[in-house]
Amino acid sequence: MKVLVPVKRVVDYNVKVRVKSDGSGVDIANVKMSMNPFDEIALEEATRLKEAGKVAEVVAVSVGVPQCQETLRTGMAIGADRGILVDASSETEPLAVAKIMKALADKEQPQLIILGKQAIDDDSNQTGQMLAALLGWPQATFASKIVLEDGKAIVTREVDGGLETVALTLPAIVTTDLRLNEPRYVTLPNIMKAKKKPLETLKPEDLGVDVTPRLKTLKVVEPSKRSAGIKVPDVATLVTKLRTEAKVI
Amino acid sequence: MVALVIAENDNGSLKGSTHHTVTAAAQCGGEVHVLVTGSNCGGVAEQAARIAGVSKVLVADAPHFADGLAENVAEQALAIAASYSHILAPATAFGKNILPRVAARLDVAQISEITKVNSPDTFDRPIYAGNAIATVQSADPVKVLTVRGTGFDAAAATGGSAVIENLSPVADSGKSAFVSRELAKSDRPELTAAKIIVSGGRGMGSGDNFKLLEPLADKLGAAMGASRAAVDAGYVPNDWQVGQTGKIVAPELYIAVGISGAIQHLAGMKDSKTIVAINKDPEAPIFSVADYGIVGDLFEVVPALVKELG
Repeated sequence: MKVLVPVKRVVDYNVKVRVKSDGSGVDIANVKMSMNPFDEIALEEATRLKEAGKVAEVVAVSVGVPQCQETLRTGMAIGADRGILVDASSETEPLAVAKIMKALADKEQPQLIILGKQAIDDDSNQTGQMLAALLGWPQATFASKIVLEDGKAIVTREVDGGLETVALTLPAIVTTDLRLNEPRYVTLPNIMKAKKKPLETLKPEDLGVDVTPRLKTLKVVEPSKRSAGIKVPDVATLVTKLRTEAKVI
Repeated sequence: MVALVIAENDNGSLKGSTHHTVTAAAQCGGEVHVLVTGSNCGGVAEQAARIAGVSKVLVADAPHFADGLAENVAEQALAIAASYSHILAPATAFGKNILPRVAARLDVAQISEITKVNSPDTFDRPIYAGNAIATVQSADPVKVLTVRGTGFDAAAATGGSAVIENLSPVADSGKSAFVSRELAKSDRPELTAAKIIVSGGRGMGSGDNFKLLEPLADKLGAAMGASRAAVDAGYVPNDWQVGQTGKIVAPELYIAVGISGAIQHLAGMKDSKTIVAINKDPEAPIFSVADYGIVGDLFEVVPALVKELG
């Protein structure tokens, strides 16, 4: 069985982004970029399924600028067997990415596609669900455990009140939450090996997908700032302040 | 223009997230209809019909809607989607799971986690863990939106008298099945609806030590939350997590205990009215957003605070 794992190149989670002064977006020039953490978890899970003998091949896919090749190489160092870059220089919305992934799924015929539940840049949390709908496949979002058995994926999901388990008939879509696994550190030998793995480059047009954005960003601003308050010396002062000044207790 | 809200419910009662979503739907400028899917969910439909501002409730009642499976609920929404200019759902685990399926099948973009309706086609939404707010305009014929509860007041639960109409339920997709559910049982208020939240971080040191926070939460009638670090360390369950990828909260009072204040955590609570931080590190970033901070050992400060509250 083949598993497809889409990976996104995003601003590293440790970077605090700055809004551009002209309000046109956030400044990501000369900022450290990394693989979206949820996608790293997705690749780790696919790799573990392969190591457990449940999966034959893991294919990492990225949509974006040519530098996404680095992200794909990282993915191959984690354990993907090969990579596909869909070269789209302009910003692609989740719907366009889902359409690209659908075209690739039609071509590659995977039984399972594991995606991160959201990308930490646009925080959309859409692509996996959209892809599932376009393919007509079942989905399990926010996964904290995946078991493959008898043509089904039994997935435990993190929901608002606790945990929920669903059984999906394969082929299926799973999106990852934080507790699914802890991704491995990539080792130097694996980075070297990843350089030799095949990496194919396609254009959205090759897949017949129109990636024209549907949304227009009119402006991007900084959120209203919270100013730091005061430090109080003891709990008695705190309780007085909460009662008489903030009036919240 | 008519907006459709997909109601979050557990077959027995309507979730509060639905009321916040109705407010956002009303701001889109037209009538508001509510879709209730569930099994034996007549009571939920009646609750929805009483929400102020709702003019019609559509009910799809069938066993395969009992567990909110995305495939089935999305299909039911699609069956009636053609009548609507806006389709909204709460930005909760329920709504986030379902709505992108609806958007994709309608071939329109979804705008996630809106915090403000500027006009019927223009919305504000946070990006980059809330470090930037984008104003986004949609040219699509239908606007598909998930709604962040903290951005909109809850619509009044009474005062409305909407018509209730039964829909013929779509068939079960047959591709996914509900297996089991482990929901945390708690007498405390729900995290996203609580007026006061007491949250613990890695500084708590262990799951056992979270017991230290219970008397404080009891005294204040508070919900209990946690940072990702505390959840990842296994101190407390996942549904306690407050932050960028966990729950977004904005209570009257948020007490952060032993939480350093990573940007991902701040993203989930910085809209709280009053923030109190208790941390032994005076340089901890949490103090930069706290109205009142106490620098000290939480194992001494928390019990003293409980005592002071009397």
